[in-house]
Amino acid sequence: MADSSIQAVAPEAAASGATPGPATKIIRGAIRWSGVLPFAVYVALGLALPTIAIAIGAFKTNAGAATLGNIDTAVHGTYLTGLRTSIELSVVTAIVPGIFGLLIAYAIHTAKRGNVLRRVVITASGVFANFGGVPLALLFIATLSTTGVVTGWIKDIFGGFNIWNHGFTLFNAFGVSFAYMYFQIPLMVLVILPALEGLRPAWREAAENMGAGTWQYWRYVAGPVLFPSFLGCLLLLFGSAFSAYATAEALTGGTVALTPIQIGALLNGNVLAGQENLGYALGLIMVVVIAIVMVGYTILQRRAARWLR
Amino acid sequence: MAAIASTEQSGTSVPAPAAGAAARRRSLPVWRWAILLIAAAYFLIPLYAALKFAGFKAFTQVVGYQDFGSAFALSLRLAVIATVLTLVLMVPTTVYVYLRLPRMRRVMEAITILPIVIPPIVLIIGVLKVAPGSLLGTPNLLGLEYVILAMPFAYRSLDAGLRSFDVKTLVEASNSLGAGWPTTLWRVVIPNLRTAMLSATVLTVALVLGEYTMASLDNFQTFPVWIVNFEQNSGPVSVAASLLALFVTWILLMLIVTVGSRSSRRRGFGQVTLFSVGAGGAGHTTVGEPE
Repeated sequence: MADSSIQAVAPEAAASGATPGPATKIIRGAIRWSGVLPFAVYVALGLALPTIAIAIGAFKTNAGAATLGNIDTAVHGTYLTGLRTSIELSVVTAIVPGIFGLLIAYAIHTAKRGNVLRRVVITASGVFANFGGVPLALLFIATLSTTGVVTGWIKDIFGGFNIWNHGFTLFNAFGVSFAYMYFQIPLMVLVILPALEGLRPAWREAAENMGAGTWQYWRYVAGPVLFPSFLGCLLLLFGSAFSAYATAEALTGGTVALTPIQIGALLNGNVLAGQENLGYALGLIMVVVIAIVMVGYTILQRRAARWLR
Repeated sequence: MAAIASTEQSGTSVPAPAAGAAARRRSLPVWRWAILLIAAAYFLIPLYAALKFAGFKAFTQVVGYQDFGSAFALSLRLAVIATVLTLVLMVPTTVYVYLRLPRMRRVMEAITILPIVIPPIVLIIGVLKVAPGSLLGTPNLLGLEYVILAMPFAYRSLDAGLRSFDVKTLVEASNSLGAGWPTTLWRVVIPNLRTAMLSATVLTVALVLGEYTMASLDNFQTFPVWIVNFEQNSGPVSVAASLLALFVTWILLMLIVTVGSRSSRRRGFGQVTLFSVGAGGAGHTTVGEPE
């Protein structure tokens, strides 16, 4: 289908001769690629260049000399703790909302086409997936703070039992993870639905005709088909939680030790002036973590692809 | 490669299994309702709590508060800049890649997912480091970066939109009638992409109206930054403002999806797309559409 479309849209290419020389080939290639040039330039300037600048800044002192000191500081002490907490938080808030989001998406997927519930859930997912920061923090403060609505309900039901007196707090990594799920679950619904749509009803029919039960269908048909997409979505959720800044910042006032919060503190000059380069080093480490996760994902997916065959 | 999150599906291409699927749907309602109830509780209780906290009076006070006007105007301005640039940049690129460089679609998907996984806080400090001085003092820089942040949503909406109609035939027809590339794009492709462009727009606007990280590090008082600064003065009013922003975007998106699927059904296509993600080669899963 790809070749036919190219010929159809560029009839001059097919008509201009059977054996084009290497020069015309290069020119023709350049013309073909020129269509993505504006996009490529924009991404290079807006995405690649800043990331490279961070990477360079991470290896410089404030005076501009080359150093490994920033990286060294960034992987020790409080910054190492922050990184570890960040990764743990992101893993948890990728897996739990990942599974829950999959279940919601499946419930929606099996609902009738075009029904109102389906429409409400999908549009709500689009909105809530972009919801975060202070508005989200305020929602959870109204719900689960010491005077929050749900805290009150639990008190009423369990005879004055105050969760805040028994180790619960909204203002550490555990509390923050509650709020993160508020945008992670909708994001999962949005990204996994397409994969679910790909499960053809005919496959289930075929499996049932051959005597497969529900478990066998999921184990041998739907599961393997969904698995690579599911992994990809988890990776996306991990990245989304790992890079979230505004929600944790707003909820805890910047007191929780997470890498993005620490970068924010360094860059806002709240801690000490002149530590920008340490902030760049932390930023670089975040990008490296994401890169490692993506490589791991690619390897896993290749394994999965082999297993699928 | 990728598939479509759609609110509607053209049921014509999968007629036979429909009866069996319907029977299965009826056999599963218990766990389905349980899941949806838990989800509803998790998502609606905080909204209820916030409404109760804000009280109805706060909603009437939002608009009159100090700096609300300027902050909201700034956010709207950024939303307009980001949306216009996103459409101008992404519509031709997505169409071009779809038609002329189909093998690039995997690469495009990979590139456009990066802004979700590269932390915005890292991106903005890099941007502040390299941006030319003429841009640094103005909020326009934020508008330019929001285009990058909006790419994951915009590209996927548009790509899915392209798959919902037979763009190749239309473009071939247009070309054989002598129309050039700009005419074809403007008069043939864009009218068919209207719904996809609308949902890209709403998702971009939702993103800009809620973006805090970049704006606060760039020291501009956009709407979300105003909510934070203001929270110290009046909690209920800032809660009311947040809720208002949330509901308005939701209602807009509902309207677009409802109107969009109605008009596309009339044309014979039943899909309104919101988001799609590459399934990593899991299968060729275009919904209901023979490729």
